[in-house]
Amino acid sequence: MSKIIVHQEAAKNKSSEELIKVCPFNAIEFDGKQISINAGCRMCKICIKRYPDVFEFIKEEAVKIDKSQWRGIAVYIDHIEDSIHPVSFELIGKAREMAAKIGHPVYCLLMGDKVGTMAEELLHYGADAVYVYDKPELHHFRIEPYTAVFEDFINRIKPSIVLVGGTTVGRSLAPRVAARFRTGLTADCTLLDVQENTDLDQIRPAYGGNIMAHIHTPNHRPQFATVRYKIFNAPERRSEKSGKLKYFDIGDEKLASRIRVLEVRKKEKVKSIEDSDVIIVAGRAFKKEEDLSMVYELADLLGGMVATTRPLIEAGWADPRLQIGLSGRTVKPKLIITCGVSGAIQFVAGMNSAETIIAINADPHAQIFSVAHYAVIGDIYEILPEMIARIKAEKINNRNIYA
Amino acid sequence: MNITVCIKQVPGTSEVEIDEKTGVLKREGVDSKMNPYDLYAIETALRIKAGQEATVRVISMGPPQAESVIREAYMMGADDGYLLTDRKFAGADVLATAYALSQGIRSLGNSDLIICGKMTTDGDTAQVGPEIAEYLNIPHVSNVLRIHELNANAITVEMNMAESVEIQEVLLPCLITVEKDIYTPRLPSFRLKLKTADRPVKRIGFADLEDKNEAHYGLKGSPTQVLRIFPPPVNTTSERWEGEGKELGERLAQKLQELKFI
Repeated sequence: MSKIIVHQEAAKNKSSEELIKVCPFNAIEFDGKQISINAGCRMCKICIKRYPDVFEFIKEEAVKIDKSQWRGIAVYIDHIEDSIHPVSFELIGKAREMAAKIGHPVYCLLMGDKVGTMAEELLHYGADAVYVYDKPELHHFRIEPYTAVFEDFINRIKPSIVLVGGTTVGRSLAPRVAARFRTGLTADCTLLDVQENTDLDQIRPAYGGNIMAHIHTPNHRPQFATVRYKIFNAPERRSEKSGKLKYFDIGDEKLASRIRVLEVRKKEKVKSIEDSDVIIVAGRAFKKEEDLSMVYELADLLGGMVATTRPLIEAGWADPRLQIGLSGRTVKPKLIITCGVSGAIQFVAGMNSAETIIAINADPHAQIFSVAHYAVIGDIYEILPEMIARIKAEKINNRNIYA
Repeated sequence: MNITVCIKQVPGTSEVEIDEKTGVLKREGVDSKMNPYDLYAIETALRIKAGQEATVRVISMGPPQAESVIREAYMMGADDGYLLTDRKFAGADVLATAYALSQGIRSLGNSDLIICGKMTTDGDTAQVGPEIAEYLNIPHVSNVLRIHELNANAITVEMNMAESVEIQEVLLPCLITVEKDIYTPRLPSFRLKLKTADRPVKRIGFADLEDKNEAHYGLKGSPTQVLRIFPPPVNTTSERWEGEGKELGERLAQKLQELKFI
């Protein structure tokens, strides 16, 4: 078993306090005599980097599994009733890209009740095979039958890699299945790649996105990863079908459940600005409440939401739940466009970790420009209408291409 | 009814930075706190206890210092606390952590209901709850928004799905992970702090567990390995655009298309 050992002689030459402090997880202990490593250890090996004379990593090779027994990249097809969740297509795209590198096939796993139409549709996305379990017991997502089906699929097909969308279902189902196979699962990967030996390179954020971790599953198969929606690109739908479609059966006893779904209620869509990938912010440069229609239109075109600064809330122009800043909400969207916002510190603190910040303001010295990736100096009453018109034209253009 | 709540000690802030040259976490002090999502799990258990005969146990895995989160649970009203701590648990990933916790929970005897927070703020995986349920061979429901009913045989909960809410009735024993806002967590009470000052936090070590196969714990029981950690890519673009309003509007539309927002 690999482990970190402590050279006590070398440790004696150092202050035990210093040694304890090096560990970010409080995993180094001193009992008055000896330095030791406790259950807090995450094997980050920081202690070894800092004090190589005291701490040493001893690698003992585990029994190597035969990776050639595991072939293919499988994608779990998430669906809400009869529509395939778009993250599933994105994962097929990623699977195809990786499969091409290692010469493996791509599989889809679809389970549910009366899912034939979806299964046919999947054949347009370039998978080599679509495996289907179609049973009335799978009508609702219930954890035990879904896990049993997943297990049955893995035992039959033995895929090397399994990709699952980071949806509510995926985040509940994937860990359950991974645990059943005593294998690794990396959640919410933002980058995936595959090595020649079929090891999956998984990169994911931790600590609320403040750290990225590169993770491997070197000696277990299958390798599980979940990926959220909109991380990868979906492949284009082909007009021709390809790949084979195969139905699998599973014994009724495996579909037993201790869960009964009593009711499914559609949710009212009350999305909060924290959940929006795109946010358009209206600031004090708007002269009248009616003029906010420009930001609402822009938000609609970009599939985003409108938020505002505090003065507009105080003027009663917007719902207080739409306020960004220290006295409002903190947001971290992929894109934020501030329109006529000066950028007081109280506001900036609530949005400065957005991935892309576009700020439009007529004042070339506006504070908001210090955090903007794109500082656009100009009048919102001139810029926004033109921008909206151009985006509309572009959308119509796109529609013609796809039609 | 026995309710077991899983809690974790996490770094006091997730605002951590990495030294780019050494790849080491920059960290000032050694402050830590209870994972904020676990407060909702504890509160859920305490609300249940307020309505019926129940014992609320909390369990955590971590270094001996993690005892402080169990003390905090006592100050909220938990009855018993257990800390899984042993050198053999060192280097555990999600799977090995979930497995050790499941073994720890088994060692406490019967648990009718196990409650976990939705996720932790350091790992952010939301996997430990479902994996514990797997190893205890009981059903689980993630993302519980509300509890409708709990009797000796079953619990009825609302599960939060993307576009719907599902009402599920689950036979006990089972595990649920709760959303934040299921209830507002109470603050630790000074009265309970005094009252529980002498209450022990029971330690559970490797020797106390039923499965004594070392290959299932710690680093050896961890299929995943962290190869390296590094800072997230930062958008360092800093452009200033000046010109006619119309022209700027057009450029913005182009830029949004280039960034794939259209």
